[in-house]
Amino acid sequence: MKHFAALFDRIDATTGTQDKVAALVEYFRAAPPADSAWTIAFLTGRRPKRLVRSPDLRQWAAAAADIPDWLFEESYAQVGDLAETISLLVPETHNAIEGTFTEWIEQRLLPLSALDPTAQRTALLEAWSALNGTARFVFNKLLTGSFRVGVSDGLVVRALAETSAVAADVVAHRLMGKWEPSGEWFNRLVSEATSDAHWSRPYPFFLAHALESLPEALGDRDDWQVEWKWDGIRAQVIRRRGRDFLWSRGDDLLSGRFPEVETSVSLLPDGTVLDGELLAWRDAQPLPFSALQRRLNRKTVGKKLLTEVPVHLVAYDCLETDDEDIRALPLDVRRAHLERIVAALPAGAAISVSPLVRAATWTDVSHARDQARAQEAEGLMLKRRASSYGVGRRTGDWWKWKVAPLTVDAVLVYAQAGHGKRAGLYTDYTFAVWDGDALVPFAKAYSGLTDAEIRDVDRFVRAHTKEKFGPVRTVEPQLVFELAFEGIQESTRHKSGIAVRFPRIARWRRDKAVTDADSLESVRNLLRAQREPA
Amino acid sequence: MLLQLTERGLWCEPADLYIDPWAPVDRAVITHAHADHLRWGHQHYLVAEPGLGVAQHRLGSSYASRAEAVPYGSVTVHRGVKISLHPAGHILGSAQVRVEHAGEVWVVSGDYKTDVDATCAPWEPVRCHTFVTECTFGLPVYRWPAQSEVFAQINNWWQGNANAGRASLLYGYALGKAQRLLAGLDPSIGPILTHGAVETMTARYREAGISMPETQYATIDKRDPAWKRAIIVAPPGAAGTTWVRRFAPSAAAFASGWMTVRGARRRRGVDRGFVLSDHVDWPQLQNAISATGAERVWATHGFTGPVVRWLRERGYEADALSTRFEGERDDAPLEDAEPDA
Repeated sequence: MKHFAALFDRIDATTGTQDKVAALVEYFRAAPPADSAWTIAFLTGRRPKRLVRSPDLRQWAAAAADIPDWLFEESYAQVGDLAETISLLVPETHNAIEGTFTEWIEQRLLPLSALDPTAQRTALLEAWSALNGTARFVFNKLLTGSFRVGVSDGLVVRALAETSAVAADVVAHRLMGKWEPSGEWFNRLVSEATSDAHWSRPYPFFLAHALESLPEALGDRDDWQVEWKWDGIRAQVIRRRGRDFLWSRGDDLLSGRFPEVETSVSLLPDGTVLDGELLAWRDAQPLPFSALQRRLNRKTVGKKLLTEVPVHLVAYDCLETDDEDIRALPLDVRRAHLERIVAALPAGAAISVSPLVRAATWTDVSHARDQARAQEAEGLMLKRRASSYGVGRRTGDWWKWKVAPLTVDAVLVYAQAGHGKRAGLYTDYTFAVWDGDALVPFAKAYSGLTDAEIRDVDRFVRAHTKEKFGPVRTVEPQLVFELAFEGIQESTRHKSGIAVRFPRIARWRRDKAVTDADSLESVRNLLRAQREPA
Repeated sequence: MLLQLTERGLWCEPADLYIDPWAPVDRAVITHAHADHLRWGHQHYLVAEPGLGVAQHRLGSSYASRAEAVPYGSVTVHRGVKISLHPAGHILGSAQVRVEHAGEVWVVSGDYKTDVDATCAPWEPVRCHTFVTECTFGLPVYRWPAQSEVFAQINNWWQGNANAGRASLLYGYALGKAQRLLAGLDPSIGPILTHGAVETMTARYREAGISMPETQYATIDKRDPAWKRAIIVAPPGAAGTTWVRRFAPSAAAFASGWMTVRGARRRRGVDRGFVLSDHVDWPQLQNAISATGAERVWATHGFTGPVVRWLRERGYEADALSTRFEGERDDAPLEDAEPDA
């Protein structure tokens, strides 16, 4: 446990990627394989399922700190992180820390969920007195499911490749999908033999960078393939050994969730992997993302929903055909394979090829981008025709070029304190627009302001609070902000009757009075406008 | 009430004087020279003797002559009220104000800490009926580590940077914190440089007879290869300025009680946070209150809500006092307005 804590400290103390990789390599070389396995699991974002009820945890920590519950809550509000609050409040002992990371996880942490509350309390008090400093903080972070450290999956892969003799893309592939951390698993992960790569697993997704310049800067138009950037769920479909698998980019196995798509996947030739986007789909057209949302987070899908919101895979790319990994071939060649494979599917299949945008010049491409919203697309994808299918986000070959966001001037009406880096500062805001002479809340936004602006708004919130409801403050409507968002939908769940997608603060309109803010009517006009091509 | 809160500040009616007033008054008693406590515009200032130089410097030439200094513990009687100043341990010359009238004793803490500090006289408990206390860090999450441990961390960090050929930028408020940091540095590691705002205040400390390590004032146009091993003590306001950039490659750290919490540390955007404060932490606050023997406690600037509730639950007559002192903020103040840290 103390080695893992030391690793955490080292990574936490540096912002340099070299230093981080070096710290990881050193750790992987020295740690028992099972410790390395658990470390990889947590660094790549695995969280234990809820082990202990949060109210229990707070109560036990307050008692251990010998303070009343209300004072624990006041402290938590200031610190903004439960695990850290506990670490700061519960008195420490200065014993040497015993036990490996694996022992702490497998014998202390994970068994908590099976214990009754009394036994949980005893086990936690023991753990807190056996640990101190960073080790105790890290334990609490794992306990509350909020463990995070500044290491991307890519850095973990780099460190593993450096530790072993296995190439980075092979390591990345082996990390995809389902696995259980153990010493044997770690040994397989870093072993040179490749035959054990699990056949149900997807390839690492290749991601695009946002295009900040004009496309002219990319050179000759003819070197590029232009597609719509669909607004759904990126997914890989796999047909191997007579079985089919559906994976999301979030590394979730989606099997059973989209039966109509799986039926079509089962018709693909064996040894095929396609990359594409899952979209709600009707009459050969995508439906808004809000329709797809109704299908998400449902393990089982009823007949009614299946009829109302059918889902379809729009395929972008072919990564494997005839059991052969073709990611290194040029996009043009892969696209030909893709078209051949999909064309062989029977009529009515829930898989089609993402159409190319016909636009002869970059100017035409620009015009096409302006039509994206009418297509329910987020913008365009520009892919170099000679590009291979890489790993992660690499600059140069694939670009996403989103449509300019919609904007509305809105009034700050509620504020709530943030967490983590923003603990103790009012950073989470609710904004309203005019409906007659009333302000109707219509969007929440958390990002977009500079640190200096956040401090100014925080000061304003504290000085102009009208009411407090728990952590939320109602503030005097005085500040106007320009909000940007990707799209608007009608919504029955929101008081305003509309829901916006990816809202963020574009800028603080200090030049505008509250009366200058937009009305609900003008927001509805945007909704109508986005449906009709410009 | 011997003291009451008015629009101008905390007022002692029988003596007709104010403690750290924020609007112009005839007679002001000053706890210490930080900008939110020592303001321009009063006719007469009473300060503790060790802090006279610092206070006069802050007031500037037109007001400096209005400041009168008294030694710690010496009693002046004004309109029948006994007034005395007692060490608060916050910065050089910081004082608690004791007022006594008709057998009733009140003490105003100003900003204070009960830790020892090589750069100022240690806090002394003063028995009183009513204690007006700051509570900048009045939550149980704030517990300061041993000072010797923190200075060891700072010197280790400096040594590590020096070995790697990086300059060490150490941020702390120009008056008080900076001098305390300087006094804890190990000059054998490398040269110690200061920002102008720090150097000016440090000169006042030296004049007052406080021993400080040798420092070099890093003027704007100088550059020197020896600076790779240097530590530079600068006010937080200097972060991100061109003045700071010429020390590159460098690592940056901030020394403050706020650095207890990771979120505050990350928000600062520094490589390291050292937990070093010139205010009482939670245990010190409890001990100080109990050492005064006070039955009534007024809590000001900081976590007044939780502190008042906590004290009431322990049988004190406690209230929150809404002053204009700025102790509760943890964002970067400008270097000329260093409140509390």
